[in-house]
Amino acid sequence: MAAASLGHMFLTYLRRELRNRRKQTAVVAIGLAVAIALVMVVSSVSAGVRDAQAAVLESVYGVGTDITVTQTAEPGEGGGFGPRRFDFDAEDGEATDEGTRELAQERLTTNPGTTSFEADALDAVAGLEHVTGVAATLELTSISFSGEMPDLDQMREEGGGIVVGPGGGEEGGQGGPSSFEIDQQTVTGIDPAAAAVGPLTTTEVADGRTFEASDAGQDVAVLDAVYAEQEEIAVGDTITVGGTELEVIGTVSSTTGDGVETAANVYLPIDVAATLADLEDQVTTLYVQVDSSSNVDAVSEAIAAELPDATVSTQADLAEGVSGSLSTASSLVSTLGTWLSVIVLLAAFGLAILFTVSGVNRRTRELGTLKALGWSQRRVVGQIAGESVAQGLIGGVAGVALGGLAVLAVNLSGITLSGSTGAQVAFGRPGGGGMRPGTEGAGEAAVGGPAAFGGGGGDGLAGTVSDVVLQAPVSLWIVAAAVGLAVLGGLAAGVVGGQRAARLRPAEAFRSLA
Amino acid sequence: MYQIEKLTKTYTQGKRTVHALRDVSLRIEDGELLSVQGPTGGGKSTLLQALGGLDRPTSGSVVLDGKDLATMNDAGLTRVRAETVGFVFQNFNLIPTLTAQENVETALVPAGMTKEERARRALDALESVGLGERADHLPDELSGGQQQRVAIARALVKNPTVLLADEPTGNLDEDTRDEIIDLLEGLWKEQGLTLVMVTHDSAVAARTPRRIRIAKGRLKELTGA
Repeated sequence: MAAASLGHMFLTYLRRELRNRRKQTAVVAIGLAVAIALVMVVSSVSAGVRDAQAAVLESVYGVGTDITVTQTAEPGEGGGFGPRRFDFDAEDGEATDEGTRELAQERLTTNPGTTSFEADALDAVAGLEHVTGVAATLELTSISFSGEMPDLDQMREEGGGIVVGPGGGEEGGQGGPSSFEIDQQTVTGIDPAAAAVGPLTTTEVADGRTFEASDAGQDVAVLDAVYAEQEEIAVGDTITVGGTELEVIGTVSSTTGDGVETAANVYLPIDVAATLADLEDQVTTLYVQVDSSSNVDAVSEAIAAELPDATVSTQADLAEGVSGSLSTASSLVSTLGTWLSVIVLLAAFGLAILFTVSGVNRRTRELGTLKALGWSQRRVVGQIAGESVAQGLIGGVAGVALGGLAVLAVNLSGITLSGSTGAQVAFGRPGGGGMRPGTEGAGEAAVGGPAAFGGGGGDGLAGTVSDVVLQAPVSLWIVAAAVGLAVLGGLAAGVVGGQRAARLRPAEAFRSLA
Repeated sequence: MYQIEKLTKTYTQGKRTVHALRDVSLRIEDGELLSVQGPTGGGKSTLLQALGGLDRPTSGSVVLDGKDLATMNDAGLTRVRAETVGFVFQNFNLIPTLTAQENVETALVPAGMTKEERARRALDALESVGLGERADHLPDELSGGQQQRVAIARALVKNPTVLLADEPTGNLDEDTRDEIIDLLEGLWKEQGLTLVMVTHDSAVAARTPRRIRIAKGRLKELTGA
């Protein structure tokens, strides 16, 4: 009862003081509010950028993946660094009446820079502590060449030679025109029975159906919906991968956003993909799910110990690989935003402290009088600190409102961030005679001998690009932290002001008399 | 009853040492009305501060009802100020943001009583100084005399045994001065207070049964105790 009555006097005095010093209260509260709003916006945008990064990663690596395991190809080892050449003998293909030969060839290999490893690794990782799920995939790139090339036999008979023009494959030599096309698609072999983790977890069926366990070993394929539309392939059609016809049983689209491509163009049962690529019992990627985020690092280390040749990447490692405006936004938020927040916050704290101390100095006689009336030092200091904390609370509430509006404005403005991950394209420039369809000429052609196209694989890479609309979330934690910061600012001012008040002697009540 | 023995207070002001009180000895009986006169800077307020436990002397003792305020700890002095001694200041020292009643209530905060009890006693105290109807007014809305009445009500609301008044009429015109002195005199007689009043005004001092003078830190009795 008595405590409640003391609280009543405390609150009455506090309210009157804040109301009486409206300007000071407003300046301190506005200062803290601006700082808090800035902290809120930076935190929310930062969380939004993180979510966007996660969305980009999920579109490639799937939901729930904590760790991915791949293996980097060693130069000269073959695999992803192996030659990506199309070799034709002079007798290959069908001769035409126009002095050309119709040629077609397809290569199905692991992605550039990566190589396959033994599928046993899946069991080894699955047996590790804290691992709750593992899925293996075989991620491949299919490159096909088709078109007409000058018939070298006919040219020899006619005594002509080949002159390849710089304008591309359309230009031919004297032996006949050349016209060819190079197609490339990404192919991922997945376990039809594993649905909990892996690249298909961020997809939904757009048409037909997705894989079932019984699809293992069947010549069936699921296509990315965007790819299927571009290539005008429908469910029920057949496609050719690695020289084998596969029935398209369904299409899938990304859950990340409309028109966003999924991780691969074509999905096959993993055993079918392995057979087509001549990589039986091999995988290229393991998707690992861990029971708790706190165990990710430990599991990551355990996998690295188990598979010493593997590249083990956590979500944090993968996030670093996200590039584009998303990456720029991330670094902008984490550097400029953070520092700006810290500086404004410190300025607001300083302002609050300055005003509080100045207020205590101005109220020397008043506080001395309270001590002369028998108020304990604790009560006087508590009163000053209470006023400062209340100012902080007002600033915090105003800051949350201001910050909320600012975050709302950010969300309504529909800022689109673009992020890309990983290397997907297998056309190599270096390594002799690079070729890009329709842009450069044929690389290498020998009269009377075999012709070869392609290069050594390498840096002509492009990532999976995703556009994500920035949605900055305002969590309860951010709001609580913002108000907490403002109260902390008030408390800091209260502690400094209170210490000044504590040093006052009650005799200060007489000060005016000198 | 106060028993003051060889009270000395020195402090430094810049490079100078100021002897505010020099070996002052004084006895004040319960229920006595005493005026303290003297020039500005002579030591009057320092003596009052020592009597009220607001400041510690450099040496000597200030014994109030058997307890030496000179050696008492801070908590003890706070308790003495909260329960035994009331103060009235020249500048009233009211808190400008609180109403007359709330100002009076501030003196009851250390007693830890209920809100209702505190309000009732504050209102009674204001009525005893003739300001019952001004309880809701802020200090700015009151005249100088009314403000001093509120300050007196604040000093007496806790029923102290000692009232220390530092130039209580120093900021008032003559008519108001007489009103306040009449009020203090009436309360002194009515409540049996020990009243020590510092004043520059000889007319005010002349109305007190006992007068002392402090100049250059030394005390001189002007009347017999």
